[in-house]
Amino acid sequence: MTVGPITAIQPPREAPDQAGVAPFGPKPRRISAGRIGIYAFLVVAALFFLIPVYIMIVTSLKGMPEIRLGHLFNPPGEPTFQPWADAWLHACTGRDCNGLSPGFYNSVKITLPSVIISIICASINGYALTFWPYKGANLLFGLLVFGAFVPYQVVIYPLIIGLSSVGLFASLPGIIIVHTIFGMPILTLLFRNFYAAIPVELFKAARVDGAGFWRIFFYIMLPMSVPITVVAVILQVTGIWNDFLFGIVFAGRSNWPMTVQLNNIVNTTTGVREYNVNMAATILTAAVPLLIYFISGRWFVRGIAAGAVKG
Amino acid sequence: MQKSWRHRFHLPAVIGTIPMILVALGVFVIGIGFSVLWSFTSSKLFPTYDFVGLAQYRRLWADNRWLVSVNNIWFFGLMSITCNMVFGYLLAVFMDQRIRQEDLFRSIFLYPFAMSLIVTGLVWQWALDPNLGLQEALRNWGWSSFSFAPLVSAETALYALVVAGIWQGSGVTMAILLAGLRGIDEDIWKAARVDGIPTWRTHVSIVAPMMKGAFATAFVLQCVGVVRVYDLVIAMTGGGPGIATSMPAVYVIQLITVRQNVGQGMAGATMMLLPVLIVLAFSGILLWRRNRLREAGA
Repeated sequence: MTVGPITAIQPPREAPDQAGVAPFGPKPRRISAGRIGIYAFLVVAALFFLIPVYIMIVTSLKGMPEIRLGHLFNPPGEPTFQPWADAWLHACTGRDCNGLSPGFYNSVKITLPSVIISIICASINGYALTFWPYKGANLLFGLLVFGAFVPYQVVIYPLIIGLSSVGLFASLPGIIIVHTIFGMPILTLLFRNFYAAIPVELFKAARVDGAGFWRIFFYIMLPMSVPITVVAVILQVTGIWNDFLFGIVFAGRSNWPMTVQLNNIVNTTTGVREYNVNMAATILTAAVPLLIYFISGRWFVRGIAAGAVKG
Repeated sequence: MQKSWRHRFHLPAVIGTIPMILVALGVFVIGIGFSVLWSFTSSKLFPTYDFVGLAQYRRLWADNRWLVSVNNIWFFGLMSITCNMVFGYLLAVFMDQRIRQEDLFRSIFLYPFAMSLIVTGLVWQWALDPNLGLQEALRNWGWSSFSFAPLVSAETALYALVVAGIWQGSGVTMAILLAGLRGIDEDIWKAARVDGIPTWRTHVSIVAPMMKGAFATAFVLQCVGVVRVYDLVIAMTGGGPGIATSMPAVYVIQLITVRQNVGQGMAGATMMLLPVLIVLAFSGILLWRRNRLREAGA
């Protein structure tokens, strides 16, 4: 099934030309009621998206006494960065009070290798499926795409058993393998569609010149794959950084990623709730993917749309 | 001739795709096979092969927590997909009016999608917290009878999840549908205008049906999101109050990890797989028929 245009960004439409229809009626005022309505709707919608995060930022800069006064929307009277420092270094999960920073480093340790390995695997898959389809390759691909739609819960327990039988359950290599597995369907699809658009003559010419599987891959295909690799990196970094379920199940207590640590810090029931510290911790956890989002801009949308397109 | 060399058995190609072979067969076929197999056993903490027939399924469908979970996922799925589509389409239509600052608005509508569902869940948990969030803020502003604390009550907690889901996902729907809108020929609008058809009618009867592809993309994304609702529930409500916002995804994970009842957990997981299989089989048949028709026509 092919799905419509995925280039989500195009220049605004040309103004409708008046071919054949002579302008009539009074000349429209510069700002009509309709325009005001449009902007009013958009601004209200924007407020819906912005207010929760505004509350978080403002609250994270207040001290607890000020928060207890309950003036949620007021800017901080005496801004303090102490909650941020506490969130990073001292926030408690149970009896450990090391803050979020171990979680941050764990997330880095999980994300970097997972992204690299999954993209290497997927690019080779896509290349082999497009140019060297062996018997049964497309059936395998079909099964892989099927995997993209399967609820995780059906696969998690067999994976737990499989990984613990080779001693990798609750370990760093274990969670990296899991992320590689679950990234593979979408990424393979992405790379296959990309390579399928490359003229086959290019491949044939290289074959005639005597280049083999790996040579064509490394010298011809890989250098051409920069744009799709950028999309894949954005998709994977944000996806793996934001993951919670696999982290809590497969990483093991000492490797828990930032999202799991955050949830533990915030949703622990013991002690007084330090809302400012919790919100600072939440912003810190969201910071990495948000940074990628604002830097990558339009590539980000392209990645999401491409990820949703079925082959 | 050409076809034969392309389909010859190339060892490097097979070696290069070993990870794919392992994942496709090992995880998505054998793994799922074992899950289904274990759903017919009395496995507790570790898998056993003591087959008990359909007993686990019978127990599953007699469990109130599971029944609530199934109801919840349907309600949540229908509500959030519908709201997301409507709100996303509205946003896309308004964004398509040659407005200023389009990039700014787009960034604002889309940024929640970049964040973890854990973050989204926590954000809305606080925004709706009766002692901290909107209710308290509006009371402080003098509206002392204002009462809005959906997370506290079992009847309304699910709506709060839907709101959080819209906050996170409607920007993406907007981006995809906006791309679809921009792909529609300007002449269609002109023709409709000449015929005197009101704008809303053009949208509903002409433009929306032409955007089938964009709607399908957005819909698939939404469905995947509904299946992944685990993180959001854990962060926002933890399945509560009571079991009011429990979902099949949460239920199955709890059975595997906390309640150590793998057999029944796998029965639940198999039930989650069933609708996916039905939908995939259905669309597979449609695709196959369309290809055959195309071949017959060509």
